[in-house]
Amino acid sequence: MKFDRPATTNPSDRMAVLGQPHTRIDGKLKTTGTAAYAYERHDAVEGQLYGYPLGAGIARGHVLAMDTREAEAAPGVVTVVTTLQMEKLPQDDRNIVRLFGGPEIVHYHQAIAVVVAETFEQARAAANMIRVTYDEDTSEIYNLAEKREMVEDQDIQTHTNVGDFHTAFGQAEVKLDATYVTPPQTHVMMEPHASIAHWTDGRLRVWTSSQMIDWHRQALATTFSLDPEAVHVESPFIGGGFGGKLFLRADAVLAALGAKKAGRPVKVALPRPMVINNTTHRAETIQHIRIGATKEGKITAIFHDCVSNTPPGGAGEDATNQTRYFYAGEHRLIVNRLAQVRLPESNSMRAPGEAAGLMALEVAMDEMAEKLGMDPVEFRIANDTQVVPENPSQKFSQRRFVECLRHGAETFGWTNPKPMSQRDGDWLIGHGMSGAYRGAPAQPSGARVRLQPNGRLIVETDMTDIGTGSYTILAQTAAEMTGLPMDRIEMRLGNSSFPVSSGSGGQFGAASSTAGLYAACVALRAMIAERMQADPDTLDFRDGQVIDGARSLPLSGFASEGEMVAEDKIEFGDFRSKEYKLATFAAHFVETRVNAYTGEIRLQRMLSVCDAGRILNPVTARSQVIGGMTMGVGSALMEKLDVDDKRGFFVNHDLAGYEVPVHLDIPQQEVIFLTGDDPVSTPLKAKGVGELGISGVAAAVANAIHNATGVRVRDFPITLDKFIDRLPPV
Amino acid sequence: MTAAPRPHPVPTGTSVRLTVNGQPADLVLDPRVTLLDALREHLQLTGSKKGCDHGQCGACTVMVNGRRINSCLSLAVMHDGDEVTTIEGIGTPDALDPMQEAFVSHDGFQCGYCTPGQICSAKAVLEEIRQGIPSHVTRDLEHVSFSDDELRERMSGNSCRCGAYANILAAIREVEERA
Ligand code: FES
Ligand code: FES
Repeated sequence: MKFDRPATTNPSDRMAVLGQPHTRIDGKLKTTGTAAYAYERHDAVEGQLYGYPLGAGIARGHVLAMDTREAEAAPGVVTVVTTLQMEKLPQDDRNIVRLFGGPEIVHYHQAIAVVVAETFEQARAAANMIRVTYDEDTSEIYNLAEKREMVEDQDIQTHTNVGDFHTAFGQAEVKLDATYVTPPQTHVMMEPHASIAHWTDGRLRVWTSSQMIDWHRQALATTFSLDPEAVHVESPFIGGGFGGKLFLRADAVLAALGAKKAGRPVKVALPRPMVINNTTHRAETIQHIRIGATKEGKITAIFHDCVSNTPPGGAGEDATNQTRYFYAGEHRLIVNRLAQVRLPESNSMRAPGEAAGLMALEVAMDEMAEKLGMDPVEFRIANDTQVVPENPSQKFSQRRFVECLRHGAETFGWTNPKPMSQRDGDWLIGHGMSGAYRGAPAQPSGARVRLQPNGRLIVETDMTDIGTGSYTILAQTAAEMTGLPMDRIEMRLGNSSFPVSSGSGGQFGAASSTAGLYAACVALRAMIAERMQADPDTLDFRDGQVIDGARSLPLSGFASEGEMVAEDKIEFGDFRSKEYKLATFAAHFVETRVNAYTGEIRLQRMLSVCDAGRILNPVTARSQVIGGMTMGVGSALMEKLDVDDKRGFFVNHDLAGYEVPVHLDIPQQEVIFLTGDDPVSTPLKAKGVGELGISGVAAAVANAIHNATGVRVRDFPITLDKFIDRLPPV
Repeated sequence: MTAAPRPHPVPTGTSVRLTVNGQPADLVLDPRVTLLDALREHLQLTGSKKGCDHGQCGACTVMVNGRRINSCLSLAVMHDGDEVTTIEGIGTPDALDPMQEAFVSHDGFQCGYCTPGQICSAKAVLEEIRQGIPSHVTRDLEHVSFSDDELRERMSGNSCRCGAYANILAAIREVEERA
């Protein structure tokens, strides 16, 4: 099905099941420990061995020698695979740095060996017996601020240069010129990367933890020079991803190499302390923002310049994206720079771009409102736009940012209190707010539906559920479209023998995969209409019946002679991006306490009002947003990978060193979704929310801290050392 | 770097008798096997999760003799004769425990990987408060309350990167109020 014009009325509009607060259909499995994740697939294949990886102890240089004799002689060891035993393995386009093979080391904890043994303990012990000799290159510079001065012309990209920013800014009545820093961050999904690999007759089967089944299949085929048809990938349950499991990683490669050499299936999980430097992270950014406005608060000039770290060939963290679209202003200059820093690979993490960009932009907006003496809510409303500022012929398909702001302000009880004006005993109280913008992309997505003689419907797609609720919203889509009750829908996800879906990433998963399943269901309805010699548009599917005027037939009857199978795929026409700009919007409000004596920060309450098209399931959508809000609190207050500037690696590479929010850090959270559909987005008129939830949150927290204390911290996260000496006298 | 390989003694197994979810389990284990891996790899009870293997996340929380512990931080051989309850012993898909039901109805999870640990901890937390065991946030040592902050503080060893905390709190609260 080609989606090449905005949706009109269609069967999904009934919203008898879709849009309803259905609890997760995989909930019973997940709460009882019966959902099996990658490393737990004892059922997958007999005779699994354990692989334990070894990561490089240097950030850059070469491996000169690896003495594996002791490891190989250790009890239970079956085989040892080292990076010196092979050339660099062919690399998939989506991986920026190599995963395995050859003597060259390009980042710390790059995988250099895997020990395969009968037990986990034996493999781990033997991995520690490998003696590695390196030739270390210590000439690299790992400090982003230093590298910022060395960015080459070809790594500077001017996204927007309209009007005359410099003149307009020079003449502006009120100006802000500030620089913000957002640190490198890491996903810390609770399930570490893990895979089981098994070879039979030159075919490779992998049970893994992947957001994108087909990307993994293609990348495995490339890595091992196989026909993609000879690779099978399964990932029905995924213990979180947040962008960290989009691409093939070393766990699957090592398991496959170990299994090949051992001639038996091998499973490998990345040990937690290896995950951070071995896999990907969100890049650090240094963002320079300048805003000029009239005294009345109309933005006339806006400038955003970002630099971030990436190994050669990567895209870093382009934190300028939202600034092109979010606020009006005639004169605009927006520039992105890539600093080549040879740390581990920087790549996507939840809301890549906007998450870091809004941390800066939305604090800048708060600072600007303060300079103008304006309410920050009103300042944002005054600069709303319904068209893309740099290209006014392109309009937003739906943009209700002002409604988010007004509704949020009212619900929260926003009064724009003066900084340092509220106090409760030893605690300074602060209120802060921010706006959020995140694009609403869509990707092609396929699905197959199989109507069974017993009246059940099997849904098959390689879509993944990384905690997003895909199982549930897809079942709701199928139930809505076929008129079957939810308990008659059997969902099968995360398997490369099913039609290729959008996968989970970039906030496109829910909107795209439900559209793909919609297409498959429309195909099934057409087959049934043909059998009935009826017009598919007039048929009504409800309560397990197909109704054509006075005629009513049980749906299961159409499969009485054998299952009825329909398959299709949704493809999105470019009207979606050419004529329109599709995006999601939110307003965040935060109340915090800061201890007047110690500077301890304790959040009190959080509110998000979201504009994201039709909400397919308010239960799972709310969870996506509170999850984003929670990660946003981490960005504001604690999350930072510390770079060892000399040795070139992230020092705090475990869950004790890299802090994420825990229960006591998170206060009451409220989420409101504006009702309404966006017919330009998909046939289901839906957009994603999974990344909107994190976008802007950290800035709202930062603004609330400023409101409590009068202190502005422009270097995230806002830890005690950065402001305790500036707290107001007690 | 070219030191000759040392011969390694073959680790001999140690016998351990556990009672897991009411069933006796006799195991002969490498003494390096953690309680978590004894459950996950040897008994194939994979409901208990491994998030870090270092006592930093709580995904491996199980009950031992009625107290919650991080099973990754404890060697299995230290538990000879102990009673272990894992998530599999708390309820099954056909017979959910009230805490599991509350997690489903309040959507107290997303990816589900931290969830068994959260549920084991949540059940233990209610019991600890009932027994009057104080915590870091307890104000009145004579009367330990079921306040939100007591629940949050006591659950803070169970990280949830999906950020389901607010919903987990609602689930625990519902079970507490129904009890
Ligand atoms: S796995 Fe035991 S605390 Fe993380
Ligand atoms: S549900 Fe994913 S970590 Fe808690």
